[in-house]
Amino acid sequence: MAYHRIAALVIRHLYLYRRSLPRVMEIIYWPFLDLVVWGFITVYLATFQGQMPAVVTFLLGALILWDVLFRSQQGITISFLEEIWARNLMNLFASPLTPSEFLAATMVMSLFKVTAVSVVMSLCAWLFYGYNVFIIGLWLMPFMANLVLTGWIIGVFTTSLIMRFGQEAEVLAWSMVFLFQPISCVFYPMDVLPAWLRGVAAINPAAHVFEGMRGLLATHAAPLTNLGLASGLNLLYLGAVVLWFHHTFNVCKERGSLVRVGE
Amino acid sequence: MSSPVVEVRNLSKRFGGFTAVDGISFEIGRGEILGLLGPNGAGKTTTFQMMLGLVTPTSGSIRMFGLDLQSNRETILQQVNFSSTYISLPFSLTVEENLRVVARLYGMSNIAARVDDMVKKLEMGDWRHKLTRKLSSGQMTRLTLAKALLTEPKVLFLDEPTASLDPDIAHKIRAILLDERQATGLSILYTSHNMREMEEMSDRIIFLQRGKIVAEGTAKDIVARFGQADLEDVFLKIARE
Repeated sequence: MAYHRIAALVIRHLYLYRRSLPRVMEIIYWPFLDLVVWGFITVYLATFQGQMPAVVTFLLGALILWDVLFRSQQGITISFLEEIWARNLMNLFASPLTPSEFLAATMVMSLFKVTAVSVVMSLCAWLFYGYNVFIIGLWLMPFMANLVLTGWIIGVFTTSLIMRFGQEAEVLAWSMVFLFQPISCVFYPMDVLPAWLRGVAAINPAAHVFEGMRGLLATHAAPLTNLGLASGLNLLYLGAVVLWFHHTFNVCKERGSLVRVGE
Repeated sequence: MSSPVVEVRNLSKRFGGFTAVDGISFEIGRGEILGLLGPNGAGKTTTFQMMLGLVTPTSGSIRMFGLDLQSNRETILQQVNFSSTYISLPFSLTVEENLRVVARLYGMSNIAARVDDMVKKLEMGDWRHKLTRKLSSGQMTRLTLAKALLTEPKVLFLDEPTASLDPDIAHKIRAILLDERQATGLSILYTSHNMREMEEMSDRIIFLQRGKIVAEGTAKDIVARFGQADLEDVFLKIARE
């Protein structure tokens, strides 16, 4: 890995944010809008506090953590799409840049987005709803780290599909993550799923993070089992999708389609 | 010819049942400009893309600086660059930002000074802070050439570098390329549909037709061998066969 090449790509993307309102909105406006809508729902549900204890904590916490996963995935996929839209893939891959360095740069961009979105959402939740995301305590860090990893897995997987199938698959950049939402058990416990779907959710690392978060808030018990399962599954899947990305990259070079992605 | 910087041996590329490049071999010496001619679909672009590591050959080998491209991709591509009328750089960045990113990508030092130097050399000073999307096609061609020369390559692939340039700028670009060759020993693989330009620029020319080399030599030799008046007539004869 050559760090100067990773830095070059990161700087290239940061230049974009300097003068692009839509890109800044993606970090500030949309997460803010999400929070406002869910915030009001939570305020309404809080009036039934007796029947649904800790609903405010569950829902707003879950929303902020879901956005961590979503923005983490977007950081990877949109960075790749930016290169397609700019017809820049040929410039990049005819340079000494390796596919691993390219992925590393998209991961750095993903961290940048996650950090910016988390700050915006946490601040707004505190200002408008008096909600302190740090109520979860230090466990917030491993939870977030696992969700970032899950976002990367979905992001690299989606990027590989776009690279392989071209423009037709671009829509997956925005929709793929929502395929995983029902089995991520973001706003409800895994128990409410039908038995067969519970089996599917059990192999989804994000579901263990959200289960862990609810368990922690309800019982204050250390969510070690959930975090262990989430981390193990994340590392396994991340290794697999990175290998698959390299395989797809080589297949595209073999078929001559790498330079035609997006046409 | 001095010892070859680029050695291509029996290079082939098949896409399913279609053979785009069919067992071609050639060499480029240090400081040599090799012209690659051929009608559309002759295999020029596929050859370029294989030499830039963007397309994997079906068979054959590409060696540069004595190293195999497949197994020494990073080392080789660090010393190679390309420019094409058919590519662009990120539209939402300014000219200068694009050049700075390219310089970082290739690990150049003294980036600001190098960018200044290139901007001056290619007369881009008036529009160095302009967004790339606002450039004319001629300015875009100059920018892609600047990004190719900025990294001080030892081998340069140029795909119609003067298409869309007015004659004055095209003449200046050719002069810059010849100066670079003289000063640094730059080797160039060059395509153009401007036959006069090919004759002026190329030390040797390779004619490709249906993926095969059908003629090779100096422009003068090729014209004489085909019994035609000039290179354009040779091109028409080969293209219509």
